[in-house]
Amino acid sequence: MRGVHVATSGMTGMRAAGDLVARVEFAKSMKIGDAKAYVAKKLGVDVMDLADENAMKEVREELGLGTMTEFRETPKGIAAKMNIEKVLDLKINSCELFRSLAGFI
Amino acid sequence: MATEYMTRMGDGRRVFMTREDILADIEAGVAEGADSAEVPALSEEEIEHLLEIVCAKERIVTVEPGNEIVMSQDGGAISIDSEHTSGVPSGRILATLMYERGFCMDSIDFGHTDYSFKPVKPLISVECQQMRWVQEAVTVPVLYGAMPNMGLYYTPDGPYENPGDLMKAFKIQEARESIEKSADHLTRDIIWIVQKMMKSGGADGINFDTTGAAGDGDFFAALRAVEFLRKEFPEMYIEMGMAGESMLGIHGELEYKGKAVAGLWPHKQVELAAEAGANVFGPAVNTNTTRSFAWNLARAVTIVKEASKVSPIPVHVNMGNGVGGVPMFELPTLDALSRANKAMVELAHVDGI
Repeated sequence: MRGVHVATSGMTGMRAAGDLVARVEFAKSMKIGDAKAYVAKKLGVDVMDLADENAMKEVREELGLGTMTEFRETPKGIAAKMNIEKVLDLKINSCELFRSLAGFI
Repeated sequence: MATEYMTRMGDGRRVFMTREDILADIEAGVAEGADSAEVPALSEEEIEHLLEIVCAKERIVTVEPGNEIVMSQDGGAISIDSEHTSGVPSGRILATLMYERGFCMDSIDFGHTDYSFKPVKPLISVECQQMRWVQEAVTVPVLYGAMPNMGLYYTPDGPYENPGDLMKAFKIQEARESIEKSADHLTRDIIWIVQKMMKSGGADGINFDTTGAAGDGDFFAALRAVEFLRKEFPEMYIEMGMAGESMLGIHGELEYKGKAVAGLWPHKQVELAAEAGANVFGPAVNTNTTRSFAWNLARAVTIVKEASKVSPIPVHVNMGNGVGGVPMFELPTLDALSRANKAMVELAHVDGI
């Protein structure tokens, strides 16, 4: 069922920039148009690029935002989220907890 | 002979209808939705657009590039793993990774197999431990998901007398008092669990699933919990998904911030959810299995469109089986699911599903 929803209208998560737009919707209570514009501006891409896997893969690799394929030395999980915090200018709870447990703060 | 289009009934059965019959059902569904929820009807252009979506020849239809929205979910990780759903022996953490990297979800929820707040209490340390594993491995937002499910607080499952039993004995005031005590207990439990999950589990936030399933007391308890949590965790993600289209007035007199909770439809429910501090609202519109897919979808779009229009926060419409125009069948057919999805994006202007 989720596969059909994603194929019909989804932003395909980490394949493109769906997770980033979702995170901004949640973190800043922004509706979809504003959330897309916010992410596009922060990434320096066009709004149309956000659901385009081909356009976003390179951007994600360059900025260390996590990618689906991991054969290159790209961050994933908590490391990628720390980069997402910086790029999108927001705090992520799991990163805060990680820094606290690691003695960084 | 008039051309007939393959479509569905509300229970998912395949039927063939003429364009004229589908249009008549769409018009009737719009009228019923507008009348029930007291919201504006769709325009002629919108009805024509919906007709084109329902009558599309393709098996699966999609939105145009650029019109994509984001996905959130409830019951996600456990719907791969649990025996009552797919039964894949994956465990919840692996299921979450599958959702991120296999199903390409934009956000994910992670919850206990019972998926209610109350049973989580004795297991909270396990839940926090599991959430930390997930958060260290997963990049997309992961919310902890659970249902308020206030029915668990009534006898025989909980400490308070069942208001249904009390009402049958004409003990109306006692029934109301039982609901109020249960709501107080539920609010306390939600707050305690979420505090642990945010501080020890590192969750991105909380997804309240099927809020209001036990009526207005259930919704009331969740709203108070959201208000408290928003003050304590200003940056947490809070999604409030609903159980049904009209809030059942089991108590009937509960008010949140001076507004009666009972009888609210999605465009009014969202006002309270936003006022309490939710980030995302998930309206639910029920499917009538005896009416056609076209009728149900038209009705759902009419109701959700107004909720989306008045909402100050993003709206992620519920579109699992039996809600949001989707037929009531545990394996929703791809043709109906994609049409309902496209209609909600293009006509109800939702921010997510």
